[in-house]
Amino acid sequence: MLDKNGIAKRIAQEVQNGFYVNLGIGIPTLVANYVRDDTSVEFQSENGVLGMGPFPFEGEEDADIINAGKQTITTLPGASFFDSVLSFGMIRGKHVDLTILGAMEVAQNGDIANWKIPGKMVKGMGGAMDLVASAEQIIVAMMHTNRAGESKLLKKCSLPLTGVGCVKKIVTNLAVLEITPDGFLLLERAPGVTVEDIRGATEGKLIIKGAVPEMKIE
Amino acid sequence: MIKKTVANVHEALKGIEDGMTLMLGGFGLCGIPENAIAQLVALGVTDITCISNNAGVDDFGLGLLLQKHQIKKMISSYVGENDEFERQMLSGELEVELTPQGTLAEKCRAAQGGFPAFFTPAGYGTEVAEGKETREFDGKMYVLEEAYKADFAFIKAWKGDEAGNLIFKGTARNFNPCMCGAAKVTVVEVEELVPAGGLDPNQVHIPGIFVQRIFQGEIFEKRIEQRTVRQRN
Repeated sequence: MLDKNGIAKRIAQEVQNGFYVNLGIGIPTLVANYVRDDTSVEFQSENGVLGMGPFPFEGEEDADIINAGKQTITTLPGASFFDSVLSFGMIRGKHVDLTILGAMEVAQNGDIANWKIPGKMVKGMGGAMDLVASAEQIIVAMMHTNRAGESKLLKKCSLPLTGVGCVKKIVTNLAVLEITPDGFLLLERAPGVTVEDIRGATEGKLIIKGAVPEMKIE
Repeated sequence: MIKKTVANVHEALKGIEDGMTLMLGGFGLCGIPENAIAQLVALGVTDITCISNNAGVDDFGLGLLLQKHQIKKMISSYVGENDEFERQMLSGELEVELTPQGTLAEKCRAAQGGFPAFFTPAGYGTEVAEGKETREFDGKMYVLEEAYKADFAFIKAWKGDEAGNLIFKGTARNFNPCMCGAAKVTVVEVEELVPAGGLDPNQVHIPGIFVQRIFQGEIFEKRIEQRTVRQRN
């Protein structure tokens, strides 16, 4: 089974040379730490920066330079700042190659829910609805089950949707799965996790074709 | 040169009344019009509708207006860092319209640029699209979103000149440029106000035509919401 950093490490393998990537808050943010040095990528933050770098050294924080999680950041050579309209033009216009975000629920048809629990938690969708509605490639990073132990990979989402039929790939603490017209296709198992473990934690339709390899994580 | 300068925040906010709709720039606490917000608290205007990406934190930004129950309705994309906000919303005291972030920006931009409405794919198939016209273009579904209508826009810029030309800094730019000229009156507070000719026209982000009033802000606390640092080795 993977921890959050393990999930981020596995997703980092999906980041290709020359990609512009938008990382959501939480596990997706960790992906930046594991992209190989020989891969040229630029990270976009929807509040208006492309070419995001690591956190600043203590004493060098700048209140005017933050990421979408409102954390102080730095920029790398080649970075640029822009306004929110242009930022979402990059997203809506499909100039951003890959979007990695978290989710509360994903359905077997690619629907995603991650912004609201009616009557309990309403934080808002932020940029997530714009991102999932336009991105060509969306990877969801999340735990396979919620805190109550219930599956987050469902036949149908129970929470209000963020987007319909948009998720392509999911990396959880247990598995890598692809959304296909028939359901969740199991691509890889996390180290030490069996197909039966994954079957037991997946409420939606799970498709297994032949022997399922174990993930390779350095 | 058409001069846009006003002496101070008091003059800048003349004409503000209860029940108005206000646009406020900023993302989190970054690039928010701190001086205008402080003056709105001092004036005690109530029943206001705020169009702002976020709602501040409990004791700063728009949180200060929430504390005093001056806000009737918030139009935002993300309101997660404010307990008082969540309490007022869940109890029904505060009306809330949650809007996808890119749509929120574009609804401001549409008002600025004279578009009554536009189609966006964001929110299609979700509750955000309920009651709205949808249409298919090239096999993909889009939602019709209308431009905002606002009385005042409160903007924070880094530098500005007497003619109202503006330059923003870093990610404090965010929603500020698209709100300029998107309301009946655009009021800008700057960290540094310079005479006309003091800015290189090549570097101007927003021309003064979109601005009615500009003033030198007195206080910029520029509070950091999440101070994240790395260790020196």
